[in-house]
Amino acid sequence: MHTTYSDLVFELSKKGRKAYSLPESSIPNVDLEAILPTHLHRETPADLPEISELQVMRHYTALSNKNFGLETGFYPLGSCTMKYNPKVNEDIARYSGFSNIHPLQPLKTAQGALEVMYHLEESLKEVTGMDAISLQPAAGAQGEWAGLLIFKAYHEARGEGAIRRKILVPDSAHGTNPASAVVAGFDVVEIKSNAEGRVSVDALKEAIGPDTAGLMLTNPNTLGLFEVDIVEIANIVHEAGGLLYYDGANANAILGKSTPKEMGFDVVHLNLHKTFSTPHGGGGPGSGPIGVVDYLIDYLPSPRIKKEKQSYTLSHKHEKSIGRVKGYYGNFGVNVRAYAYIRSMGSKGLQQVSEDAVLHANYLKARLSPYFDTPFKSLCKHEFVLSGTRHKKLGVRTLDIAKRLLDYGFYAPTVYFPLIVDECLMIEPTETESKETLDAFADALIEIVNDVKEKPDQITGAPYTKAVKRLDEVAAARKPVVRYQKGTQAK
Amino acid sequence: MDKQHRYLPTTEEDRSEMLEAIGVSSIDDLFSDIPESIRVTEDKTVELKKALSEQALTKHMKRYADLNVSTDSHAYFLGAGTYDHYIPSVVNHVLLRSEFMTAYTPYQPEASQGELQALFEFQSMICELTGMDVANSSLYDGFTSLGEACNLAVGATKRNEIIYSKAIHPQAKEVLKTYAYGMAYKVLETELDKTMTDLDDLKQSINEQTAAVIIQYPNFYGTIEDLKAIKSLCETTKTLLIVMANPLALALLNAPGKLGADIVVGDTQPLGLPMNFGGPHCGYFAVKKKYMRKVPGRIVGQTTDKEGKRGFVMTLQTREQHIRRDKATSNMSSNQALTALASSVFMSTLGKVGLTEMAQQNLNHAHYVKNKLKEKGLDVISEENVFNEFVVQCKEPLDKLSDKLLNENIVSGYDVSKDIGIENALLLCVTEKRTKEEMDTLIDVLTKGVN
Repeated sequence: MHTTYSDLVFELSKKGRKAYSLPESSIPNVDLEAILPTHLHRETPADLPEISELQVMRHYTALSNKNFGLETGFYPLGSCTMKYNPKVNEDIARYSGFSNIHPLQPLKTAQGALEVMYHLEESLKEVTGMDAISLQPAAGAQGEWAGLLIFKAYHEARGEGAIRRKILVPDSAHGTNPASAVVAGFDVVEIKSNAEGRVSVDALKEAIGPDTAGLMLTNPNTLGLFEVDIVEIANIVHEAGGLLYYDGANANAILGKSTPKEMGFDVVHLNLHKTFSTPHGGGGPGSGPIGVVDYLIDYLPSPRIKKEKQSYTLSHKHEKSIGRVKGYYGNFGVNVRAYAYIRSMGSKGLQQVSEDAVLHANYLKARLSPYFDTPFKSLCKHEFVLSGTRHKKLGVRTLDIAKRLLDYGFYAPTVYFPLIVDECLMIEPTETESKETLDAFADALIEIVNDVKEKPDQITGAPYTKAVKRLDEVAAARKPVVRYQKGTQAK
Repeated sequence: MDKQHRYLPTTEEDRSEMLEAIGVSSIDDLFSDIPESIRVTEDKTVELKKALSEQALTKHMKRYADLNVSTDSHAYFLGAGTYDHYIPSVVNHVLLRSEFMTAYTPYQPEASQGELQALFEFQSMICELTGMDVANSSLYDGFTSLGEACNLAVGATKRNEIIYSKAIHPQAKEVLKTYAYGMAYKVLETELDKTMTDLDDLKQSINEQTAAVIIQYPNFYGTIEDLKAIKSLCETTKTLLIVMANPLALALLNAPGKLGADIVVGDTQPLGLPMNFGGPHCGYFAVKKKYMRKVPGRIVGQTTDKEGKRGFVMTLQTREQHIRRDKATSNMSSNQALTALASSVFMSTLGKVGLTEMAQQNLNHAHYVKNKLKEKGLDVISEENVFNEFVVQCKEPLDKLSDKLLNENIVSGYDVSKDIGIENALLLCVTEKRTKEEMDTLIDVLTKGVN
């Protein structure tokens, strides 16, 4: 882990080296001069590295050694559901019949792919209770955007598009919610949380009106709390003529316990890279399918998969559809992994997932609460928040505690989110961690905060054991260096 | 569950210990906050009833995979935005490093230097290829990158209209229209001149309200557009030029940045990514420096640690949704980091010489097939200025030809008859992977009976 390797791949380059082999071709060479005016010819080759194959592997292996993954250790990022990514699903996604097929090849030569997509849709219908699914959105934020465009199209079809311009979003919501509402063309109205950390029904009643297009809600919310008033909330929104959007980032808490449909939601997205175990990949690719209730089916992205008697096909003719949100059929390779996961768990297994995820979160919360300020006392679902206010008063910020955790061999929780909690740590342990890991993490965090009084400098100076010491993020933003340029790069 | 599941480590003993520590008596107590009226009380599932063992799972999934025709058995002459290219073995081996694969967005840079450096290198390579100043660390795919580019252009110019060439990918048009529906701007299409953008029509369409013009390079039909000429049409109205470029072709073609492009987007699928039935691929997004602070998605920047050592962090984050919420430049959060890594490994492996050599082989192969088809009497619609794709008019219905070719273990090209208004117009792609034997079989089938 403590490598000092820091070369950029460009800095390894030496003219004449190579790491590839292309077969010899007997096809005659075409001279660019003969087919294109000179100003369209590349002047100088792109300055890519010239290195050997072993150098390629050494470089990326060295980089991987400076990266903390889920298999390196516990990764308690709140709202990210960093659960184990089963290895067999990687094998399956690499079957040539899944990975080496073209999205535009004749559908009769891709029936197996369509069948997997069909069954994944059916499975997600059962998980969410919704009436139809589209697998097209590439990630949660894209699902949100697609869902909100459906809101827009629905209101327009009812002649209310010009009036219903506002999306209500709780102040505890993920940042993508308000951002997605804006790119779908809505104005955002923030709804304050109540003292228990839930949507304030009074604030909702005050904000809602004939200009409301809908409400976006995460349930359980980002504080890890179930919105106990959800039935009333749904009634208020529906009675005002609005729709309800379910941000499925926290769906890991409710599998087999409740469904967004039962709660009264009209549109839902799921993050298959969270709840359904596909690898996060350092930031993607994800997959964010959306589900809708029956009266919104016609608005789903196009094309849609259709099962016919003996075969599967794609239907493109949906006049009311919001159109296409992404190329082809979504992140198919991710969807294959999620389907394999669902089949590995079965319905009982998925229910066990949520039970253990919630048990683990409550256990960690019980262990850690005495050492932090716990703004919300009630039972949590799959994640919870702590506040480091008392430590900040002694000069140690939550950021410092997070950095110090890295030295103990853990990744840090989500910090400073949700924004409504001072010096927030947001912890999601997931169901795939053992009790021993949870205890080791709790012990580490307790040891760190016990050091706050005696050895604050040790915490504010962390981390000590990583490839680099604390990095200057302010300087990076002030004088941005966002690409390598030969000869100018500081080492 | 009757048995302990292989992915779940918690035992009954653990459960009772944890429940006791929490101070509740049962798991059900932990869910008591979910109102009775919305609880799932019985398991009514059909699809997901049964859990499969690993062996049963692989057998089940293999059966689906084997129903599909793949590059294992067939030679693909189908491109149209997704390409069957050589992928060196090292690419997959790097991706399988779980330190990359199972990490998330590098929120703690000190523990995520590997990912951050790899993405910084990716951004640098994209800048090299496109001739631009700044690139982000990826977006979902080429088409969504284009949509984001248009949102940027509309925002930056405060104008309300986008013009796209008819010669861009049909699905790019569809995605663009969805973006435009969201942000309420207009999109207009300009006409074709054979398989190229009609410059006269474009010239007449551009006006003071045109935020940007979109050109694909090479375009959807494989033809290499003259970006310089197009840029000159944009100048008087200060309309931005958005170029959607195949990054492999850029190994041979002049960089869009050198020809006046303001934003360059596209998909790095040709660079080391399997076709995956259309995804995951990897959108790239590059701009001139003046638009740096309007770029969507994550950007990695160089900095130093407190001992002065070089390091990397996510930077310019005040553009982003997790900081700025409804004021963000885009709603993007997850991107395609792992596929961006794959393309970086690919570019490191092929390198300066290899990428050019590979692009040249594509050029050679496509021109070989094109010239042979012409020689044997078919009407090639495309002119000489094509990269690895071109349009030819066939003498038989295309679905019939497609079946004939499938019998020869060949996947035929893409039907563009409706797009260009010519009967039986077939868009063929010939990559470096195609052997002479495969090309000659294709030529034989397409020209059989033609005089």
